[in-house]
Amino acid sequence: MGRQTWLFNPAPVLLGAGTVAGKRESEGPLAADFDVIHKDPYIGQKSFEAAEQKLIEEACNLAVRHSKVGRDDLNLHFSGDLQNQITSSSFTARSLAVPYIGLFGACSSSVESMNMAALACASGAARLALASTGSHTNAVEKQFRYPNEYGSQKNATTQITVTGAGACVIAAADYLSNPPPEQIRLTSATVGKIVDLQVKDPFNMGAAMAPAACDTLLAHFKERGVRPDYYDLILTGDLGWVGSNLLLDLLSNNGVYIPQGQINDAGKMIFTPEAKNLAGGSGCGCMAVTACGHIWRQFARGELKRVLLLATGALLSPLTTQQQESIPGIAHAISWEVM
Amino acid sequence: MPKSVKNNPNPNSAAAKMQAREQEYQQLQANNQPPAHLIKNCFNAFWTGGLICLVAQGVQQILLNYGFNNETVGAPTSAVMIILAIILTACGVYDRISQFAGAGSAVPITGFANTMSSAAMEYRSEGFVLGVGGNMFKVAGPVIVFGAVSSFVVAIITVLVYQLGGGSL
Repeated sequence: MGRQTWLFNPAPVLLGAGTVAGKRESEGPLAADFDVIHKDPYIGQKSFEAAEQKLIEEACNLAVRHSKVGRDDLNLHFSGDLQNQITSSSFTARSLAVPYIGLFGACSSSVESMNMAALACASGAARLALASTGSHTNAVEKQFRYPNEYGSQKNATTQITVTGAGACVIAAADYLSNPPPEQIRLTSATVGKIVDLQVKDPFNMGAAMAPAACDTLLAHFKERGVRPDYYDLILTGDLGWVGSNLLLDLLSNNGVYIPQGQINDAGKMIFTPEAKNLAGGSGCGCMAVTACGHIWRQFARGELKRVLLLATGALLSPLTTQQQESIPGIAHAISWEVM
Repeated sequence: MPKSVKNNPNPNSAAAKMQAREQEYQQLQANNQPPAHLIKNCFNAFWTGGLICLVAQGVQQILLNYGFNNETVGAPTSAVMIILAIILTACGVYDRISQFAGAGSAVPITGFANTMSSAAMEYRSEGFVLGVGGNMFKVAGPVIVFGAVSSFVVAIITVLVYQLGGGSL
């Protein structure tokens, strides 16, 4: 459908999801929707990096258990995180022993992995595919910013990386012989283009990613031929408070108006809107835990029927920031629907 | 941005359109910028920085009672303040103070102790030599380098001024 959008017909099914979250997330409004909460930032591991692997691994195992499938039945595993060389994902895959493809789309990895898993299941390349993503605030802070205990004053546009991981198992459309009526199906996906409007401030990632989110949304509406009100909820990944407002402004400049209740942002939802939480959450885990935890349960409770998940990523590295490069943004979309 | 783009005479070219989009977006960003609390931050930095100095003064007064005189008391006072800052860093408190205090906690010697100790803690998982040893100066290194460079420059200027002015050091 068009240049960037895939329409899956018959649509692959989402069998189950699992989430693991950290302490700050457990104090947020979505705490009840996470499967496991770890208050210890090390999760009993030696380093923050090892803790991040543990997060992804636990989320994968939970998703597999909730889906009531065997780990040996999985044909493919797509995973991504924010570490150098996506080590957390690869090390997780080492213990899972499922055919594995690593992805990097920064914070957009969550939907990117779901997109790839849905494509694999829709095309017949896989019967069962696992999509997982995770991030750990301390590990990411260490890699992208300053040491965790270093006293730098963060400004109000800074977002806080979410500690958490989410995973979901996606199956071919005919995998379930008698799918229940509330079965979630992955109906369409849009792969985003990189948009870079010369934002250079790594402490304002929402602003760097908002144009990409706008671009992908407009492409999705146009190519799928639906209006914004087709969806009960359009959930952006981690634009935070600053980026979300920018996205609404950009959309209205392009003549698209989405009512307040119909669009939300995982970065705004995950933490309480207090000053100490700055501009909200970000990171791979932000969309992953919100979608695989909160949204998945809202579907199960029948509160949502059609949702568009739009994960945004800022494709920067500490090196490019130091070299004064701007931050390229990307956004991928996938729709979850109950037929 | 390449110079040719800036001087592009054709307003319909792709590059010119892109530039217009960027400028439009910068405007949008400026409209959506959360308010900067410059005066509040300055005030907080002022009194917390002053408070740290007051604590140091207290330490100095105590040390003066323990056999130090006005000339020798400086170094041990600094050492006590450094240890205090490192303890607060290790307890995970110093970064919270800094979020509130900003320059107030960054400028005194305690801020320097925080940069060193936080980096040392952070890279402990990579071992003592390459981890702690190799990364301890990651944040503090530039301060030392440019501190030394600027003192060198100031020293040369001072010498030149006094030599040319005929005075003596």
